[in-house]
Amino acid sequence: MSAHSLSIRDLHASIGDKPILKGLTLDIPKGEVHAIMGKNGAGKSTLAKIMAGHPDYTVTSGDVLLDGESILGLEPDVRARLGLFLAFQYPMEIPGVTIANFIRAALQARLPEGEELEATDYYAKLYAKMDALSVPRNFTSRSVNEGFSGGEKKRCEILQMAMLEPSYAVLDETDSGLDIDALKIVSAGVNALRGPNIGMLVITHYQRLLDYIVPDKVHVMSEGRIIHSGDKDLALKLEAEGYDWVEKQFGESGIKAA
Amino acid sequence: MSTETKPDIEIDRSVGDFRYEMDYAFDAGVGLNEATIDYISDVKGDPDWVRAFRKEGYRKFLEKPMPTHWATKDLENIVFENIRYYLSQGQVPKRTWDEVPDDIKKTFERLGIPEQERKFLAGVEAQFDSEAAYSNIKAAVGEQGVIFVGSTEGLKEHPEIFKKWFGKVIPSGDNKFSALNSAVFSGGSFIYVPPGVKVKHPLQAYFRINAQNFGQFERTLIIADEGAELTYMEGCTAPKFETATLHSAVVELVAMKGAKIQYITVQNWSSNVFNLVTKRGIAHEDAEVKWIDCNIGSRLTMKYPGVVMKGKGARGEVVSIALAGDGQHQDTGAKMIHAADNTTSNIISKSISLGSGRSTYRGMVHVPKHLKGCKNNTECDALLINSHSRTDTYPAISVRGQGNAVQHEASVSQISAEQIFYMQQRGLSEAAAMSLAVNGFVNDLVQQFPMEYSVELKRLIDLEMEGSVG
Ligand SMILES: Nc1ncnc2c1ncn2[C@@H]1O[C@H](COP(=O)(O)OP(=O)(O)OP(=O)(O)O)[C@@H](O)[C@H]1O
Ligand SMILES: [Mg+2]
Repeated sequence: MSAHSLSIRDLHASIGDKPILKGLTLDIPKGEVHAIMGKNGAGKSTLAKIMAGHPDYTVTSGDVLLDGESILGLEPDVRARLGLFLAFQYPMEIPGVTIANFIRAALQARLPEGEELEATDYYAKLYAKMDALSVPRNFTSRSVNEGFSGGEKKRCEILQMAMLEPSYAVLDETDSGLDIDALKIVSAGVNALRGPNIGMLVITHYQRLLDYIVPDKVHVMSEGRIIHSGDKDLALKLEAEGYDWVEKQFGESGIKAA
Repeated sequence: MSTETKPDIEIDRSVGDFRYEMDYAFDAGVGLNEATIDYISDVKGDPDWVRAFRKEGYRKFLEKPMPTHWATKDLENIVFENIRYYLSQGQVPKRTWDEVPDDIKKTFERLGIPEQERKFLAGVEAQFDSEAAYSNIKAAVGEQGVIFVGSTEGLKEHPEIFKKWFGKVIPSGDNKFSALNSAVFSGGSFIYVPPGVKVKHPLQAYFRINAQNFGQFERTLIIADEGAELTYMEGCTAPKFETATLHSAVVELVAMKGAKIQYITVQNWSSNVFNLVTKRGIAHEDAEVKWIDCNIGSRLTMKYPGVVMKGKGARGEVVSIALAGDGQHQDTGAKMIHAADNTTSNIISKSISLGSGRSTYRGMVHVPKHLKGCKNNTECDALLINSHSRTDTYPAISVRGQGNAVQHEASVSQISAEQIFYMQQRGLSEAAAMSLAVNGFVNDLVQQFPMEYSVELKRLIDLEMEGSVG
């Protein structure tokens, strides 16, 4: 666990009195892409939201460190400004707020007090990123996610990520709802952001995504824990054989039975 | 500003919330009776007809019940016996800021009024409690024959115009609060724009309540003669007090044939002000009266600007933005009375309710049977931020006869905790996220405002949001 990683340590968290994360440990160093796979309801989105600081969840023990510093006591916006980005599984619609104004406000929030974002540079960059992600330019004046198709919402998440240049990004099922062409475009967009200055956690159900965004590691999550980790081939095996074998071999029930 | 260093101020970060200690030369005391009215009339040197008008208003005020059968019960919490009805340091406004007493000048400087005047206004009246402390119009505008004075000066110096319209658009017995205003009115503007004169820059009045337990009752009368055009803007603030304060104005507008009046309000009352205002305009043939009304703050605002379209082809418009913060109630709307053929009215109302804040829209559109070619468009949109906010819409549209068209649309949208979280995840603070959502919601309306006022409104929204997340 280095000072250059997003590090989750023995994290226990619950909603109300229902425990969802039950001792999850994971380390995502900068420069690497990790994938998490797991059944519906395993707690993947919960993990993402807890890292981002969603107020509904209570962390009962454990820690989340960003570059060595705990972020659990921080407001969601402070975590975001420290470099944490979450591409939501279900992005929210924000009526009346245009994409251009939204991203601009988000960038402005990262500047020191009294400093103004330069509008010309901003739009030049925004249009370049939109073109790269095949987001039509007239989307800038549409309200954030309002009336967007499923695929458009996902592309818009990656557009925001490209504009905000986070140091750690969690992509929660960014591939679901995308057609093949869109999947390629979005993957290319994500790959373009890959590099030594960013660590990524990609949550997906489909190994197909991992053909395009090739992960350094693949983790299997079950009942609020990482039960098994491997390389890219693990994803292939999961796709071919399902989750039963991993859960039997490494999961809570499997361990108890053994 | 050298005055900034003085330690005698109680401040808070919200811009209107500060107050300097004052000694008032004229004080009608606490409570309301005939003697209070005589005191006000004596001090102001009212002509007899005005004194009689006040007494008549007072009688009607006593007769009229509180409108609690349709409005909120919170009105019952106004204790008329505890209110101070007249406070001033003198009745004659100064023509230059240098002559304005220091303690009053400080207040307006903090509010940025002299600066705005230099930058973009054709004239300013600055009212402090009951009387204008300052009133001035740019020489060039005055030379065109435009009259811009306080109501007291208007009724004394220009009785021939004043008397003709005063109390005619809004009779004193229109409602309990217009009756109260008629009894104790003081301050407010009197404006007359001669035929064909188009006043390029806005005239502005600023209403400041400084005293606790105080009632401010300004009275404004604006007449745009044939083909004249005018934009008038008013701003209001008061510091936060422990006890309730009352602001109850009456504003009458008269647009003669082909004239245009645009009346813009951006009010930012503190959260203990009862703001109960009656505003109505008459639009004669081909004339236009447009109310732009931004209500931020106050404990309770009840305000339904109206237009009586009296001449053929007249147009009436109300554009309103109401923001009900935690514990506040904005009860606003519009009244459109079509009284001639081919008249057109347009109502656009946007309300925002935060926390336990409550917004109510009440509309009244009346088109009688014998008229032809009348049109009304009404749009009311509500934005709720947080689940316990409340919003109600009471549109009352009575359109009779053939060949008249009305259109009514209403919508309610929500900004949920989930949406705020989404915006926070992008790096916006909770307050900034809420501001962005609110500004986005009202943006299409704000674009109709003069630049300076849209900036001001945005700033007030930001302040309100910061306050609401505490
Ligand atoms: N706000 C909530 N209230 C109640 N239960 C919740 C809440 N949020 C999550 N859960 C529960 O926590 C568990 C994990 O949910 P989560 O959304 O994290 O799963 P997931 O792994 O992302 O599933 P999927 O693959 O379907 O997206 C589920 O059983 C879900 O019902
Ligand atoms: Mg999920």
